[in-house]
Amino acid sequence: MSNTDFVLAIEDLTVSFDGFKAVDSLNMYIDKNELRVVIGPNGAGKTTVLDLICGRTKSTSGSIKFKNRELTKLAEHEIVRAGVGRKFQTPSIYENLSVYQNLEVSYPQGRGVWGSLLFKRTLAVKAQVMKIAEEIMLTDFLEMEAALLSHGQKQWLEIGMLLMQDPELLMLDEPVAGMSAKERDQTAELLNKISRNRSVLVIEHDMEFVKKIAHKVTVLHQGKILAEGSMDRVQEDEKVIEVYLGH
Amino acid sequence: MNTLFNKIASSSIVGGKQGLLGLAVLAALIFIILPLGVDLFRLNLIGKYLTYAFVAVSLVLLWGNGGILSLGQGIFFGLGGYGMAMFMKLEASDPITTKIQTTPGIPDFMDWNQLTSIPWFWQPFKSLPLTILAILVIPALFAYLIGFAMFKRRVGGVYFAIITQAIALILSILIVGQQGFTGGVNGITDLKTVLGWDTRTDAAKYILYYLNGILLFGSIFLSRYILSSKFGMLLLAMRDKEERVRFSGYDVSDFKIFIFCVAAIISAIGGAMFTLQVGFMSPSFVGIVPSIEMVIFCAVGGRASLIGAVYGTLLVNYGKTFFSETYPELWLFLMGGLFISVVMFFPDGIAGLYNKYARKIKFLNRFTETNKVAATTEPKGAKA
Repeated sequence: MSNTDFVLAIEDLTVSFDGFKAVDSLNMYIDKNELRVVIGPNGAGKTTVLDLICGRTKSTSGSIKFKNRELTKLAEHEIVRAGVGRKFQTPSIYENLSVYQNLEVSYPQGRGVWGSLLFKRTLAVKAQVMKIAEEIMLTDFLEMEAALLSHGQKQWLEIGMLLMQDPELLMLDEPVAGMSAKERDQTAELLNKISRNRSVLVIEHDMEFVKKIAHKVTVLHQGKILAEGSMDRVQEDEKVIEVYLGH
Repeated sequence: MNTLFNKIASSSIVGGKQGLLGLAVLAALIFIILPLGVDLFRLNLIGKYLTYAFVAVSLVLLWGNGGILSLGQGIFFGLGGYGMAMFMKLEASDPITTKIQTTPGIPDFMDWNQLTSIPWFWQPFKSLPLTILAILVIPALFAYLIGFAMFKRRVGGVYFAIITQAIALILSILIVGQQGFTGGVNGITDLKTVLGWDTRTDAAKYILYYLNGILLFGSIFLSRYILSSKFGMLLLAMRDKEERVRFSGYDVSDFKIFIFCVAAIISAIGGAMFTLQVGFMSPSFVGIVPSIEMVIFCAVGGRASLIGAVYGTLLVNYGKTFFSETYPELWLFLMGGLFISVVMFFPDGIAGLYNKYARKIKFLNRFTETNKVAATTEPKGAKA
């Protein structure tokens, strides 16, 4: 496969579980600073695509190139270090640590055993924590135990933990699931701000929310791409209406 | 003076003023109150208990903070203990004292088992520096091998616990079976001297007790340092959400292997000190039962508290001695009951009870109140 200008280039990606192809020769390209939303009915293979990109699931065939670097052979932590961050569907934070500690522990230095033993909590670390805390609207909760945050705040905290690492590609799996209307608006604003200087890949069900953030939408169905383009175009696509948006 | 105090209190190995208070009380107990308050026989007994405290401290790192339950810490306690025992046995087996043997100059049990020379793996234990090196390096290496095989394949939780337990059993069976090389079920006995210094005299017993206490504090300081660093925070993070740590760019297995090795070394030091103070080592300190007992010491003390682990060890062993002297048949039931009640009613052990109730006492409350600001920057697990 040739090199491209895309941040992420997925080509002929296939993964099969006992013969069932969850993702079937998928091709997808994401531009620099693009915010892409992947939608599709349950079981379309959306989360599997994220799992494949971040190394949680190994592909059967095909390639995933991040800035022309093949990801399918790398270990999970190496993919993260290359610049790919991934948020899980249910908030995945360290409940027994404070919000501050959650962010601090995600700081991308001292990532080895010895590095972490000798890691110094410098002013630069603190400044970065404060900056991210403000972005994710948790400045007033820094000392709070993360377990005590609301569901929406937990989602933001996990996004903040990823932002600490300043990834070039950020992947979010249903970031607004379970959020109130107000929290959804705030999250949309947050994502629009985040995507100014990085590429973002979002899986989402909430169409109102998708309209607010998406630059481009990809519709997945049975592990294949059904349609791709702007939100308006996709919404008018007959195949999409039939299998997903419906009625 | 005051600034010096603050400097000490704020350093990461002490754990704030609250941590300093806890350490000072424990130090006073071990170094002053107990040696003055009990006779030498009892002190020697306490010294023996305190060697188990090394293992309990190692379990605080591994289990309480890292969430990795090892039911095989007896392996490392045993390796350390046997290392020291092999050195002392060779020294006790000089040709003059063993002249009635078929082959004089080798340990008595080897002679009984028709061995005519000292096996190759016993050779390094003729030298004290090599013995000390072996006591630290062999358990670490063994832990590295086990850790590498398990954690790189992401074996964890119950499976890891069962496998460590199986290894402890295998090792104890191996020791019993290879009587000629290991002394078998009797263990290695009749240990007398270290470089000619008799460890059985009253003075030696006091010196070894204090050495043991100092090493135990050294282990606690080392553990404190680890827990207060970013490594310590990552341990807690891994315990909570291992996936999140992995997908934050950390190779989780490296961290687990490292802490397992540190825990092995600390346990091995305890084992070596056991041999020095008690004068023998046997497979009954290697297998499943001692390994699980040590987990109970740690749980009773509070599995996340380094100091709590020491108190837990002392308390359970005092209870064991007291009850097995008075009602020997009841002890095992009591021990089981104790473990169940710890798990069910006070999962954070003695340290948890202390944090819940004792801090409500006015004096202590005032003491902690003024230091809250300093304490909030410390990782939670590193306190108490």
